[in-house]
Amino acid sequence: MNWLFRYANPHEFMRLSGMVLPFAAIGAALCLAVGLYLSFSVPPDYQQGTTVTLLFIHVPADVVAEIAYGAIAVCSLLSLVWRHPLSDTAARAAAPLGALFTALGLITGALWGKPMWGTYWVWDARLTSFLLLLFLYFGYMALWNAIEDETRAARAAAILALVGVVNIPIIKFSVDWWSTLHQGESIVSGKIAPIYLWPLLIMMLAYVLLFLTLWMVRIRTAILERRARNLMQAGP
Amino acid sequence: MSPFATLLWRDIKLAARSGGSAALALSFFALVATLVPLGVGADLRLLARVAGGILWVAAILAALLSLDRLFQGDFEDGSLDLIALSPLPLELTSLAKIAAHWLSTGLPLTLLSPLLALLFNLAPGPTLILFVSLLVGTPAVSAVGAIGASLTLSLKRGGLILPLIILPLLSPAVIFGAGAVSLGLDGLPAANALGLLAAFAFAAVLLSPFAAAASVRLNLGG
Amino acid sequence: MNFDMSPYGAYIWPAYAISALALIGATAWTLAAWRRAKARLEALEKPARGKP
Repeated sequence: MNWLFRYANPHEFMRLSGMVLPFAAIGAALCLAVGLYLSFSVPPDYQQGTTVTLLFIHVPADVVAEIAYGAIAVCSLLSLVWRHPLSDTAARAAAPLGALFTALGLITGALWGKPMWGTYWVWDARLTSFLLLLFLYFGYMALWNAIEDETRAARAAAILALVGVVNIPIIKFSVDWWSTLHQGESIVSGKIAPIYLWPLLIMMLAYVLLFLTLWMVRIRTAILERRARNLMQAGP
Repeated sequence: MSPFATLLWRDIKLAARSGGSAALALSFFALVATLVPLGVGADLRLLARVAGGILWVAAILAALLSLDRLFQGDFEDGSLDLIALSPLPLELTSLAKIAAHWLSTGLPLTLLSPLLALLFNLAPGPTLILFVSLLVGTPAVSAVGAIGASLTLSLKRGGLILPLIILPLLSPAVIFGAGAVSLGLDGLPAANALGLLAAFAFAAVLLSPFAAAASVRLNLGG
Repeated sequence: MNFDMSPYGAYIWPAYAISALALIGATAWTLAAWRRAKARLEALEKPARGKP
């Protein structure tokens, strides 16, 4: 745990993230370039036709949506249990990004659903779970904004995030159960043909690197903002 | 009386006094059950199909009405500080408040449900399933609601984000509860659904007091 | 590269467009916030450094 606390110091974090950031950003750009090229170079799927191209921007968005919430949960745990000071800032910074990727997943999912099933929203189990995840993000952000005292807000949000992360598997299970009850089918079934695997993985990496880049910049911004606030409170 | 029972009884009396929590919840429940057919039309077959879902959602919303005051009243007049200092652990305090909330809202809603099911042309078999599902599931609503209530207890307008926080968390209850009624309507066994609902409720009632107590502590201690 | 997405073009291109807009927008917003914070901090730190 100690190594983690070495980077709890905002100065250390600024230094480290400053070093890592260029690599993450360039990595994201490269992966996006290669991924997009590959996405438009693969042959159409015999079942889904050219809509399979949507796979390459739908699944990565969903993956980041889940990773972001997981990151918030880990930060919340660090904050509550080990009182890691930078964790609250990190968690709060990740939330709007996570919500954005969740929304992207829903939009791309709906646009995939229309050609596949005829309507934009058909209460597919996966999409429905992600809709609920979006609301979990909204509740988390709302709680942060509603409580004035920052320390209290941080801890309340952390509790909420942990309650949410425990609930997510239950929600997914129940939505799956519900969907088999009413006979839905998932857009993306488990099997993916090998030719689609590489573009998919590279796009997933691209999206994750982009998330990490933006997340780090947001945390750095928050640290600077706090320094500015402290300076102003210190007075002339 | 044990401290737990004292607190439980006190909260129930408070709920009964302050605007009749049960009466408010029941009226809301009945009103929603009346408005929905006005909205979707009086096709009796359709109403029977949607009864489970509509009544479950209506019950949750009705239970929500009194949730924001669960800890707030005691917080505002300082009683919560005293309660926190008492020998009764905050976890048990939370459990007592959850129980009081259920007895003053969840249980009355459950008891009224067969009557409302009548408005939806729900057959006796599925009505019984609805009743059991509400009986088993509404404690989960009170439990999860208590987490939201304790997180927002310091907020003046906390009532606005309380539903946003807890409604997604309650989706399994709606799914299993209304799902059970759906199965009953199709003549299929609902035991599995009710079992899953019971498991969810059991876990919720068991674990929520810890989250609620942690939230109360953070709001009191700072 | 194959850009002929018929007959699904009407769904694929908007999906890519919205994703691109959202991600580029998020990046722009994030960078703008960073620059704002940096500028603000430097403005606040200047008088302190200015004084001998």
